[in-house]
Amino acid sequence: MSEPVIKCENVYKIFGANAQKMLQDSNGNVDAKVFQENGCIVGVNNASFEVAKGEMLVVMGLSGSGKSTLLRCISRLTDATGGKIFIEGQDLLQLNNKDLIDLRRNKMGMVFQSFALLPHKTVVENIAFPLQIKGIKTEDSINKAMDMVKLVGLEGRENYFPRELSGGQQQRVGIARSLAVEPDIWFLDEPFSALDPLIRKEMQDEFLRLQDKLQKTIMFITHDFDEALKLADRIAIMKDGIIEQLDTPANIVLNPATEYVRKFTEEVPREKVLLIKDVMDTSKDNLGDLKVSKNEIIENVAEKILTQEKIVAVVDNNNEIIGSINPTKIINTVFGGRKNNN
Amino acid sequence: MEFLKKYPKTFQWLFLLIVFFALCFAIDVPETYKFIRGQAEFVKDPNQSSYVFLGKEVRYYAFDVFWRLPPLLGWLPIWINDSLFFLMNEWMPIEVWNEDTQEFKSRPIVLQISRNLTAFMTFLIELIREILLGGLETIVAFTSWDWIDKNPWAELPGLPWTIVAAGAALLSYKLSGKGLALFAGLTMVYISLFGQWKPSMQTLSFILVAAPLSFIFGLGLGIAAFKSKRVEKALYPILLVMQTMPQYAVLVPALVLFGVGDHAAVIITMVVAIPPMILLTLLGLRAVPPEVIEAGRMSGCNNFQLMFKVLIPTARRDILIGVNQVIMVCFSMAVISAFIGAKGLGFNLLLALNQLNIGLALEAGLCISLIAILLDKMSLAWANKQTDYFGNLTFYQRNKNLLFFGVIFVVGIILAYIGTFLFKDTFNYLFEIPHNKGISTADFWNKGVDWIFETFFVYIKAFNTWLIQDVLQPMRALYLRMPAIATIVLVVGAGYLIGGLRSALVVCALTLFIAFSPWWDRALVTAYMATFGVVVSCIIGFTVGTLCFQNKHSANFMLGVCDIFQTFPSFVYLIPVMMLFGITDTSVLIAVIVYATIPATRYTIEGLRSVPSGLHDAATMSGVNKFQRLTKIEFPLAFPHMMLGINQTIVFALFMVIIGAFIGTEDLGQYILKALSDKKGAGIGLTLGICVAFIALIFDNLIRAYVQKRKKHLGID
Repeated sequence: MSEPVIKCENVYKIFGANAQKMLQDSNGNVDAKVFQENGCIVGVNNASFEVAKGEMLVVMGLSGSGKSTLLRCISRLTDATGGKIFIEGQDLLQLNNKDLIDLRRNKMGMVFQSFALLPHKTVVENIAFPLQIKGIKTEDSINKAMDMVKLVGLEGRENYFPRELSGGQQQRVGIARSLAVEPDIWFLDEPFSALDPLIRKEMQDEFLRLQDKLQKTIMFITHDFDEALKLADRIAIMKDGIIEQLDTPANIVLNPATEYVRKFTEEVPREKVLLIKDVMDTSKDNLGDLKVSKNEIIENVAEKILTQEKIVAVVDNNNEIIGSINPTKIINTVFGGRKNNN
Repeated sequence: MEFLKKYPKTFQWLFLLIVFFALCFAIDVPETYKFIRGQAEFVKDPNQSSYVFLGKEVRYYAFDVFWRLPPLLGWLPIWINDSLFFLMNEWMPIEVWNEDTQEFKSRPIVLQISRNLTAFMTFLIELIREILLGGLETIVAFTSWDWIDKNPWAELPGLPWTIVAAGAALLSYKLSGKGLALFAGLTMVYISLFGQWKPSMQTLSFILVAAPLSFIFGLGLGIAAFKSKRVEKALYPILLVMQTMPQYAVLVPALVLFGVGDHAAVIITMVVAIPPMILLTLLGLRAVPPEVIEAGRMSGCNNFQLMFKVLIPTARRDILIGVNQVIMVCFSMAVISAFIGAKGLGFNLLLALNQLNIGLALEAGLCISLIAILLDKMSLAWANKQTDYFGNLTFYQRNKNLLFFGVIFVVGIILAYIGTFLFKDTFNYLFEIPHNKGISTADFWNKGVDWIFETFFVYIKAFNTWLIQDVLQPMRALYLRMPAIATIVLVVGAGYLIGGLRSALVVCALTLFIAFSPWWDRALVTAYMATFGVVVSCIIGFTVGTLCFQNKHSANFMLGVCDIFQTFPSFVYLIPVMMLFGITDTSVLIAVIVYATIPATRYTIEGLRSVPSGLHDAATMSGVNKFQRLTKIEFPLAFPHMMLGINQTIVFALFMVIIGAFIGTEDLGQYILKALSDKKGAGIGLTLGICVAFIALIFDNLIRAYVQKRKKHLGID
């Protein structure tokens, strides 16, 4: 496997006057309560993970769980108190100011919860802003920004001011701005949390469409578990600064690692989250005629499978049989899991 | 007793008042006490006591310490004076090359710096002045007098007024549009036709130097304070005092340091105008949302780009208010600095007021106010200006305005040339209408004043007498009757009850400074005039503000009126009241009331507006009527913000009371005015200024402590 784009090793972020010293004394065993008694607040506690190229890692957690802090450590908006962060093999914490600015100008883009648009600039000026900061000629940057305006579907509004746009439109500008420099790494900090549910769904679909086209390496922060399931390649669930579980959506739903994670998964409609491949058996005996793709969501094919008496074959993209699925398995997955929990 | 248990605060306040009155009645007025007893004045009197401090003898009338504290700080003005003298004349001499005598000369460093500074300022002012009016100082600065004698053609001719007027209109058009252009054009034509061109351009050149410099320094220091906590901590107390120090008081030390003239006026204007700019810059930068800063960082801004492309534009609103303040202060100072020899409209205004020529004063005042409003609007429009990226503009379209100006320039010069033939024997009216040779309505106004006086004399007189005899005199007597110790107990007690120990200590220190200064009685008179003004202003302001708030349009209209009134230089307010009431305390007080009503009204409207609309709806659904809603919901919630308005009202009132000394009152201002013409006045002026500032700061401290507590209590911030 190639080099991970983002790699974190034992990252800590602790706020407080003598955080550095306390972290050294604790030898890596950080107890939030002890730290709090000494006037330090633990933001991120021993986070280690990797994000591969083109992968979307969603960091999920409730407010105060340290997810935004983790993101700010990786974008180095704050300096991590301890640990190592590598961006494409470069040690982020060792970069000097100039290299860091270069990195941000060329490799990173970020979207913010409150949009963080510059109120005095129009849509197109906001989008062109990172380009102009880089020193690109006004005309070129405006042209490029106009392309981005089209990409996010805001044609005709390029001369509007942020205050004249709806929340969804403002966030489109935020997205366009973060993409203007064509970054490899894309950070999104609760980008859709401030939006109405309907707009949010629309923006999520739009976002998936964009990602399909662009294939960026993404760290996406959210407090919405459904959103995480919908978007993620992998999900990291955080609580009190600690990553409780980091896994694919299916594994999190099927095998929650801790009690905390399990609570989230309880209400999740599994048929909407799990794919056939997540629940299929590997045996290829006694197959019936029906074949389903391994990448189908259970909900879409459940009816077809349940009306079969025989075991259904599962095929991969090349239409080769790679396993099977029993109708009872579907029933167990959709309804059974919940019974066990009760 | 039940009642007191229920409201412990009421009990505490009652107790404080009882102690205060007990002290007042217990301490008798000493028989020798006379109001005008000239503490620490330079007359020698066998009844005076004296003490020696740092080799300086301070003379004063000794009283019972409960009645009046001895002026222990009487040495301070003398000491300040001596220090200034030492700095200017003896400290750290350096060798300076003298061009004229071709030899080195020894000069104290402060003097040299101040000379260089003034030379630089003079150059800037003269440059602009000569572009507008013509002259040869600038050319001489680069060459020499001999050279100009040989080449008389090089003298700058100055721009014909037609070019300046049309240019101002064109610039306004480019910045904002037709409305402003029309206003600019009319203002300039008015100025020219009424023969105020020369003084107006002198004032303008003064402001075009002072305002941008103040803006740059204020912004720079504001940024420095934003970046470094230490700078902020060092600046903050100075800013507080400077903001509340009457502008008069700063004139005197400036006189010593920089001499007389426009340059000193510019420097002193900067000293006064920079503090509000710093504070507003800091306020604006603080209010920028952290996510916007992060967005800037993630866009790859370096520190410089972050500051100038993200932070400052985002904080633009507050910074613009700062610009507005700078312009306001500059115009206000343009008049006041006429006392130290600044030329222009201010000088004419003061002269006219001195001669009691109300008509002339009115014309000059109107000119200043119009220019102030114009500059204010233009700076606003400039900051809000947009760039258009999409028009494929031709060369003509892009440089349209420049080309137009070229045309105007040529036409203006041709007109001026034609004028030399048209007005062969008189003045060339197409070039410059000389001072007092234009249209003048002064006679009309003077006659109007006379008419008012003759027609309403009886009523005005009656009102005047009633006010002075039945209201002001008793009030003054009451204030002066307060023993020093009782006053201090009252103020410190209030500080303790409102803001706790910290507040009490601060207030105590401020009060003690005034009490130990030689001008406690004068401070009481100042306080009485300010109190009267503030009380009336607040009543008017709250009423007007509340009434206007009932309707959105009238509220906006009122805020607009406040904006315009605030742009008037403070001195201008004296003109109409002198028209009506002549030279009396009443005039000053009415000017104070008019001036101080502005912030009271503004803050009332803004406070009422800040009440969340959800609460309105909730109240309406609970079935309240309009009046109940006002008293039960809106007033309590808007009150903290309205209190900040009172704070501003106090500062405004104090400023006006001090300026009112020009008409002749007996307060601290009178002494500041005296200090202006006193050779050793610098120390006195400065100390008096600090006293006035401290009066304002006492109330500022109390009100802020109260507002903070109240806001916390209400959960609004």
